[in-house]
Amino acid sequence: MTTNTKRVIYFAFTDFYRNKGISIAAIFVLIVTTLLITGIFFVHGMSNYLIDQIQNKIDIAAYFKADTQEEDILNVKNELLQEAEDIKKIQYISREDALENFIAKHGDSDVFSRALSEVGDNPFLPSLNITTGTTAQYEEISQILNQEKFNNLIEKVDFSEKKGTIEKVFSVTSSINRFGLGVAIILILFAMLVVFNTMKLVIDSSKDEINTMRIVGASNWLVRVPFIIEGGIFGGISFFLSFLVTILLVYLLHSGLAIMIPGFSLFGYFMNNLWLVILIQIGFGVGLGVISSYIVVRKYLKV
Amino acid sequence: MISFQNVTKVYPNGTTVLHDVSFEIKDGEFVSIVGKSGAGKTTLISMILGLEKPTSGHVLFKDQNITHMDSHEIQGMRRKIGAVYQDYKLLSTKTVYENVAYIMTVEEKENEEIMREVPKVLTLIGLGEKINNFPHELSGGEQQRLAIARAIVNHPELIIADEPTGNLDPYNSYEVLALLEKLHTVGKTVILSTHDREIINKLGKRVITIDNGKIIRDEAKGRFLI
Repeated sequence: MTTNTKRVIYFAFTDFYRNKGISIAAIFVLIVTTLLITGIFFVHGMSNYLIDQIQNKIDIAAYFKADTQEEDILNVKNELLQEAEDIKKIQYISREDALENFIAKHGDSDVFSRALSEVGDNPFLPSLNITTGTTAQYEEISQILNQEKFNNLIEKVDFSEKKGTIEKVFSVTSSINRFGLGVAIILILFAMLVVFNTMKLVIDSSKDEINTMRIVGASNWLVRVPFIIEGGIFGGISFFLSFLVTILLVYLLHSGLAIMIPGFSLFGYFMNNLWLVILIQIGFGVGLGVISSYIVVRKYLKV
Repeated sequence: MISFQNVTKVYPNGTTVLHDVSFEIKDGEFVSIVGKSGAGKTTLISMILGLEKPTSGHVLFKDQNITHMDSHEIQGMRRKIGAVYQDYKLLSTKTVYENVAYIMTVEEKENEEIMREVPKVLTLIGLGEKINNFPHELSGGEQQRLAIARAIVNHPELIIADEPTGNLDPYNSYEVLALLEKLHTVGKTVILSTHDREIINKLGKRVITIDNGKIIRDEAKGRFLI
């Protein structure tokens, strides 16, 4: 490390230490905004999970004729998988499985048990249950299944009956997504502005010093770099503290959220996205701290 | 060393601060620039430091036209000038030692040299006991002496003092003046801007008198006459 590099690092750390009040205020603001961004990330994860849960409950089913061979049904399944690439899930349910599912679900009910024994035989048809990501894909799958070549195999496709509900669910979820994205963008911009203005306040307090440094002949590098490093120190400390607070909040909220959103594990989501959370927090804290310092000091270097 | 050639400065609001000013300052001279407040003294000093640009005319430092210098060249020139101001312009978050050391850092001097020279200069200026104090812990006179220590530590060829005694009592004023005279005797070029009549009359050196942005008098052994 060159002497000059050591010097600017020393200047940055001594300024940071000697301006304790301002440094603490800047770190506090950075922590709050970093946690806000982290919060947006977690809310995004939770809402995606909820939307997925709702969308996964939507499917269309192709009911095959009772005497259709399992091999033929599986051929249709493979053909569907080849032709419609975005199928999220496709499940073959045989007549026996359908009966078992029915008994498992309604076995306790006398009415349904009596109805079954009245019919005598297994009244259920084999089916393929298909789940996709968009309304358009359901339409596409429905068209594939309604082709003439499948007429002798397929009894009916229940898309037209469910079409209204599917469209409504997808329209609501896409509105939620759009609204969430809009709110997130506004909050991120707000947080960026707050960080920028905080760094501006920090550097404004050194305006006279920067002016003096320029008058005595200090190069841009010697004036600017300590402030940039100081921005990095603010960011680094705020990242470290934000990360600790995040761990604490995940620990405290994990069980409560598991009750509110069954099946969603906040801790699991955090662990699965650990590097992304770290990247977001470093990017926001250190990245914005450094960039803001660079931009603000630049303004005062014109002396 | 310094040459003003038909320099005029008009601010954007239309105020003419300097009007067709021409003069020369040679190496090793002690020149006082006097005039009432608002006469144009500070603008003139600011032009030598490249803080202001003339609206017309040229300002030369060692035959180099300051007006045409880029930012890098101006910073290089400022390193050759030691400046002392009425408001001291000290680095408030740095100690007495660091304020002086910073100037040597700007010149990229080695640590050993900084550690050797700074205490020497501070002792010479009478601040040897206060190297770890911050500027706000010093009296006005001490702050101005620190500013002088800072101005001389790199052995500049030119020392500019802009109203250096403006905030000082008579005792400290004469102390500052004595330091400037001492620097002149060791061969430095000194430019002193002031409106202190007694100081000028005591000096008995070249005086350039400015009034309303114009040079009205330039005498080799001048007195304060406004």
